[in-house]
Amino acid sequence: MSIDWNAFTPWSSLAGGLLIGLSAAALILLNGRIAGISGILGGLLQFRSLETGWRLAFITGLILAPLLYGSFTTLPSVINVGDLSTLAIAGLLVGFGTSLGNGCTSGHGVCGLSRLSLRSLIATLLFMGSGFLTVFLLRHVFS
Amino acid sequence: MYFLSTFLIGLLFGVGLILSGMTNPAKVIGFLDLSGHWDPSLALVMGGAILVAFPAFQLAKKRSKSLLGNEIQLPKKTTIDRKLTIGAVIFGIGWGLGGYCPGPAVTSLISGGMSPFIFTITMLIGLLIGRKYQ
Repeated sequence: MSIDWNAFTPWSSLAGGLLIGLSAAALILLNGRIAGISGILGGLLQFRSLETGWRLAFITGLILAPLLYGSFTTLPSVINVGDLSTLAIAGLLVGFGTSLGNGCTSGHGVCGLSRLSLRSLIATLLFMGSGFLTVFLLRHVFS
Repeated sequence: MYFLSTFLIGLLFGVGLILSGMTNPAKVIGFLDLSGHWDPSLALVMGGAILVAFPAFQLAKKRSKSLLGNEIQLPKKTTIDRKLTIGAVIFGIGWGLGGYCPGPAVTSLISGGMSPFIFTITMLIGLLIGRKYQ
């Protein structure tokens, strides 16, 4: 292992993380809800009327975020990984896995760890571990 | 007020994701590629987020009502079962394949071209299928 210092962006990543944390903090303290994106999306698919409004408002905010960001500064360049069929399979696995495991990077990784949930700690270690292993196999074994 | 606040909070979350680098799949893969040229940036995203969210959740645990008067809903499940572990492992595989997790995919919908769009569509299908096994 070597560290890729050219790609390392400590300040913008830390600042972005602080904003994500601020958002999660605001949602639980102001609205009493968990900022878990897979949970919010899954909930929207249930059409349960009482919770649909705030979920839709939150997701609309997420979708429109690039417009706000882009009005202040240029959006960072993005490089997609894999062809569209790989991304289709990836999406299916992410949707199914987060639904079965009740959370993703935000719900388990940020909110769950912040409330010291053992369930979220186990989930976070497992999805990080399987993410590391998947990339290792793709990049260094089957490449 | 309630919907306006959650809209603004979602907007803030998305801006944080963009600034952090999470919406760039190549950067996510660079973090997950431990044995290559490792980019540790995303560890700081999670660290920074928890730094702010931790005190908020500790406070939330002690309260029953939110500042806008709603019931504070914290997850009650504590069991570590196969659904949790298998689900997390499957999620990690998908994350490693495409470099997208749910938040960044949705945040990239209008700026990231076809890739996040296709990913989001199949992710919603996956969420629906997963519900049947919950």
